[in-house]
Amino acid sequence: MILGLVEHADGRPERLSLEMLTLAGRLGATTGEPVHAVLFGQGAREATGQLGGQRAALAHVVESHQLAVFAPVAWAAAIEQLMAAHAPSIVMAAGSDRGNEVMAHVAARTDLPLAANVMDATPGEPFRLTRQRWAGSLLEDAVLDAPTKLLTVAPHAVAIDEAAGAGAAAAAPAIEPFAPTLTDDDLRVAVVRRLEPDRSGVSLTDAKVVVGGGRGVGSPEGFSELEELAELLGAAVGVSRVVTSSGWRPHSQQIGQTGLRIAPDLYIACGISGAIQHIVGAKAAKRILAINTDPDAPIMSIADYAVIGDLHQVVPAISAEIRRVTGR
Amino acid sequence: MNILVCVKRVPATGGRITLTPDGRDIDTRYLGFTVSPHEECGVEEAVRIVEAQGGSSTVLTLGPEVATEQLRDAMAIGIDQAVLLETDGADWDPLATAGAIVDAIRTLEAEGGPFDLILFGNEAADTGDFQVGVRVATALGRPFVAGIKGIDAGDGRVVARREFGGGWEVFELPQPAVLGVKEGLNLPRYPSVPGRLRAKKKEIVRMSPAPRPGGPTKERLRLPQSDESTVEVIGTGPEAAPAVVALLTRLGVLGR
Repeated sequence: MILGLVEHADGRPERLSLEMLTLAGRLGATTGEPVHAVLFGQGAREATGQLGGQRAALAHVVESHQLAVFAPVAWAAAIEQLMAAHAPSIVMAAGSDRGNEVMAHVAARTDLPLAANVMDATPGEPFRLTRQRWAGSLLEDAVLDAPTKLLTVAPHAVAIDEAAGAGAAAAAPAIEPFAPTLTDDDLRVAVVRRLEPDRSGVSLTDAKVVVGGGRGVGSPEGFSELEELAELLGAAVGVSRVVTSSGWRPHSQQIGQTGLRIAPDLYIACGISGAIQHIVGAKAAKRILAINTDPDAPIMSIADYAVIGDLHQVVPAISAEIRRVTGR
Repeated sequence: MNILVCVKRVPATGGRITLTPDGRDIDTRYLGFTVSPHEECGVEEAVRIVEAQGGSSTVLTLGPEVATEQLRDAMAIGIDQAVLLETDGADWDPLATAGAIVDAIRTLEAEGGPFDLILFGNEAADTGDFQVGVRVATALGRPFVAGIKGIDAGDGRVVARREFGGGWEVFELPQPAVLGVKEGLNLPRYPSVPGRLRAKKKEIVRMSPAPRPGGPTKERLRLPQSDESTVEVIGTGPEAAPAVVALLTRLGVLGR
């Protein structure tokens, strides 16, 4: 059996967890093993409804009241107990913040090696895998030698198998409630309060269009032009590292290796030269439009479209043209 | 408070990465070295907490002799002392790295008293293993949280927060605690010239750990298949606006 930790929000499995299950299904097809999912907390049962088809044969649902809030060690303890009961050959999670954290706890508790941000694997002995280094600007081919293989799956490295989820509602996996035995130590680290997000804007990770600003924006005030364009497109504003390290914008808007990975339909990169640390955060965008004074900037090597020019002239002109065309 | 910050020397790869001919390492002949932005913020936070509350700060790295450069950088912005776990420069896997750091912490704490707070970067910039801090915390029986972008430490407790789902999650941990920190925690200062001069005189404790490898085992490195696309220049200057709007319309991102 292959066990996959499925994260969910508002009763829906997270996109990165579906990417993980796609790879799990592929590995299971090779080894002839079924995929089981494990889900925690409120909304877990609802989320299993979208894990049907070939995605998961069985869902272990952990609904303990002690786990009403996120507690990374307790999640790891529960996974460790499922491992003891079902002896999976592979245990995997998304390479998300929580996925990497929980799997690291599983690895530390079991003293097993963990391969983080895996893109692909070939089961067998030796168990070979390819994983991301430098957030994906470099790949590592490695061997994982362990009785149980622990993996997290690199974000946006595996395309979700939509066919596997089609007709999912009809064939949702069987639910098996699981009540782990948790100690006070397991529950010592837990969320004590949440500060809810400001829902007024579009979130960077969900946005269909992202307007990005870099050094070329020049100042905190320079972002008003990007915000105007973003507003017209229903887009989110993101930035490169130089912008946050200059204190122009909050770090929560940073795209790149030490910030967010985005995957919009269109990324409009304004005044961004394109260091690899930024590119790894943006390259999952379906299309990239670069607006830059330098036709030889590195961003041009991954851009699909470009406008050569000063963003302070080009961006307001685009906004004006959108207003003219749409009558807004 | 006594604070330990763990850092890792990595090449400063601004542009394209080049590999050595055997494909096992990055060709660093023309590169400078640094630590991860996450770790720079960890160093800055340790200095700020000790400035505000007193105590002592220590920076630790596992790496070759030349990694003393990164230890001196940390001491130049105000870290009090440094520890080098000296290797021959080969890659150590996360299990081996965590094991050596645990041994070193036990030795340091036996001599100098406990570290109230131990900070790691959330993940190393190069290998991105996302686990050394957790393994160290687990071996020491101390609480750990990853992804931290806000720390309020004092009175035997640490309140730590991280971004989640566009909002924040807040954790409260008893000291001693271990945190994986992220860039955004603070804006690190630049070292001053007097700071650099003082750093030259500060002590570096040296230890020579033996690796206990656990995997994964690197076979080779390779560059990803090129994402390079042929760029279509659709215009120059503000006159390009109608062409851009035509493109936005064609891509279906306008007029929803």
